[in-house]
Amino acid sequence: MTTTVAPRKPSLAARLGRGLSNGRVTAVLILLPPAVLLFTLFVMLPLGESAYYAFFNWNGYGAPTDYVGFENFERILGHSIFHKAVGNTLWIVAASLLIQMPLALFLALLIHRKTPTNAVFRLIFFMPYILAEVAAGLIWSFVFDGNYGVTASLAQTFGMEQFFILADRDWAFVAVVTVIVWKYFGFHMMIYIAALQGVPEDQIEAARIEGASNRQIVRHVQIPRIKPALIVSAFFAIIGALQVFDIIIPLTNGGPSNQTHTIVTYLYTFGLTRLNIGFGSAVGILLFIAAVTTALLYQRIFMKGEPE
Amino acid sequence: MKTTTILCAAILAASGAASAYADTNVTVLRAATGPEQEAYFRDLAKTYSAEHEGVTVTFEFVANEAYKSKLPTLLQSDARPDLFYSWGGQTLVEQTKAGFTKDISTMIAPEDLDRLPQSARDAFSVDGKLVGLPTYATEVVVWVNTELTQRAGVDADAIKTWDDFLGAVETLKAAGITPISVGGQDKWPLHFYWSYLALREGGPDVITKAMAGEDDGFENAAFVAAGEDFQELVALEPFQPGFMGTTYETASGMFADGEAAFQVMGDWDYLPMRARSTSGEGLPDDQLKVIAFPTISDPVTEGGDTATMGGINGWAASSSASPEAVAFLATLVSKSAQEEGAKREFFIPIATDASGAISNPIFKQVSDDIAASSYHQIFLDQYLGASVGATVNDISADLAQDVITPEDAAAQVQEAWDFR
Repeated sequence: MTTTVAPRKPSLAARLGRGLSNGRVTAVLILLPPAVLLFTLFVMLPLGESAYYAFFNWNGYGAPTDYVGFENFERILGHSIFHKAVGNTLWIVAASLLIQMPLALFLALLIHRKTPTNAVFRLIFFMPYILAEVAAGLIWSFVFDGNYGVTASLAQTFGMEQFFILADRDWAFVAVVTVIVWKYFGFHMMIYIAALQGVPEDQIEAARIEGASNRQIVRHVQIPRIKPALIVSAFFAIIGALQVFDIIIPLTNGGPSNQTHTIVTYLYTFGLTRLNIGFGSAVGILLFIAAVTTALLYQRIFMKGEPE
Repeated sequence: MKTTTILCAAILAASGAASAYADTNVTVLRAATGPEQEAYFRDLAKTYSAEHEGVTVTFEFVANEAYKSKLPTLLQSDARPDLFYSWGGQTLVEQTKAGFTKDISTMIAPEDLDRLPQSARDAFSVDGKLVGLPTYATEVVVWVNTELTQRAGVDADAIKTWDDFLGAVETLKAAGITPISVGGQDKWPLHFYWSYLALREGGPDVITKAMAGEDDGFENAAFVAAGEDFQELVALEPFQPGFMGTTYETASGMFADGEAAFQVMGDWDYLPMRARSTSGEGLPDDQLKVIAFPTISDPVTEGGDTATMGGINGWAASSSASPEAVAFLATLVSKSAQEEGAKREFFIPIATDASGAISNPIFKQVSDDIAASSYHQIFLDQYLGASVGATVNDISADLAQDVITPEDAAAQVQEAWDFR
């Protein structure tokens, strides 16, 4: 039985028929399974498994048998070092948004025009981002070394006492944040440069003819025009802050006295290296929930109604 | 015609399979060590493979930390090694309880076993079943740079008690010499202090009793007293500046460069510390001395002064170890292999018949110490398993920075032990 009234949308059968004839369905049938398979095998299954392990006290040997209910979660939420790790992660988010992004924007505004000199500066500023995280961490651990590092020579030059920033409970995290800002500002700068180059020259010219100052052009023309780029880069900054790991391990290894952990290094140190796989899985689940919630909320609040 | 071809192929395949069966591969996994020592193991494997037709022994070396985290996964896979390096302790117990080791009690000849001290065999036995063989023992000692102590007027040989040691630290400080170098960033070099002091304060069975939950477990007065003793030392600011940002390797190099008078470290540091020094030579033997970790004059429980702390390291046989693998394991602890290791100054052999090969006076002294010890306690960060061990390291680092009370330190260890 078919309907006599022409539907506003083509029926499923009709769409399928059209898809078959133009090869779309075939393409989906061929291209989708590998992706679904890989995604299931390497994302969904491990995720499900760690959600399961999170309810066991398990050291990774044999099958998990010691069911502890929500005890892992209770222990995590009551652990002072976890509180510190969450606090540190939030500090990194704050530093990314309030130091790194303004710095990146400032530099992008200076060097977004295509000139040979700007290209050189762009390369220099982008260099830290190209460097592997572990290498960056190691390099900075030498820089901060109070005996032989750059900071040591600086202290000597100014006749100050040697200082060991990475060994200082209060200051080590400042050093970590410095390295993170240094490492990633180039990435954000590049996003802004690309966006700034897309701002139509005639709009800037028009503003100038109207008598707008440079500052006014930046504020009222360029920044509003690159708002989508700012939103995306802030999103990267937040999600990136939740994932910081490989800079901290070579730099401080979470120390001194577990003062510089992020959520991920906390997971690694207290879950993996101590073979508390159940505990680590529970941290992973909490981190996953935090990341998904952040991503969804962010999209809802900042990314809706964007021009397609 | 076609059937003949298939038949031929089948015969070929079968013979191939048969020869594959005759070839036994023995894989041995070890945490990476220096290139010289790795060459020593590879030589052993090569010689053994040459002497035993059909047996191929291969060593694989994995970086220390990676080794510890990789092993649980490996043991549960089909790629598990036949023999793997072990520090004994709770980790070996957990591996055995999960069924990843093999009971080799009857597979090793009694005359081979008798050469190993009972305490060392016990370290590789779980519930009375032998699951591996020890190859060497280590002891944590106080390394002394005699040139520096003499300059400050400290007589290293007169340091017997903790108070003597504190006095020496004060004298060295007054003379403008850094008393002790320590790799605080790695934390485990600091755990030697707390756990050795606990052993001295609580007597030889303090750890076993705490593990059994007797006398308040790890909150026993001996552990609190150990924290207080350690804090007395910390109050003198004995370590090099920025010690919490120094790794073990750097700190050991600093000691070998003559930048500190003491280093509390295992005997194994003898060769590595030289390699880590700026000159690559380190301190000459006549400037180097080892003394036993100081004793406590009025301990909580008597008897800890004759105990030693260190490691009993060796090899565990995994659940898939073939008889050939176990035979090779026995070779690793054979007289000749042990003597060779001692001669090349890699380790202090555990086999009693190989101790004659020790020529280095420092190693000889440590070997005599261990032989005379009333109880050889394995490092707590190994003995208590990965999780509780790491907690001991954490609280030791916190005590060294004076950010935790001795009572809290003991309570944290107990809490970790309850939830392990």
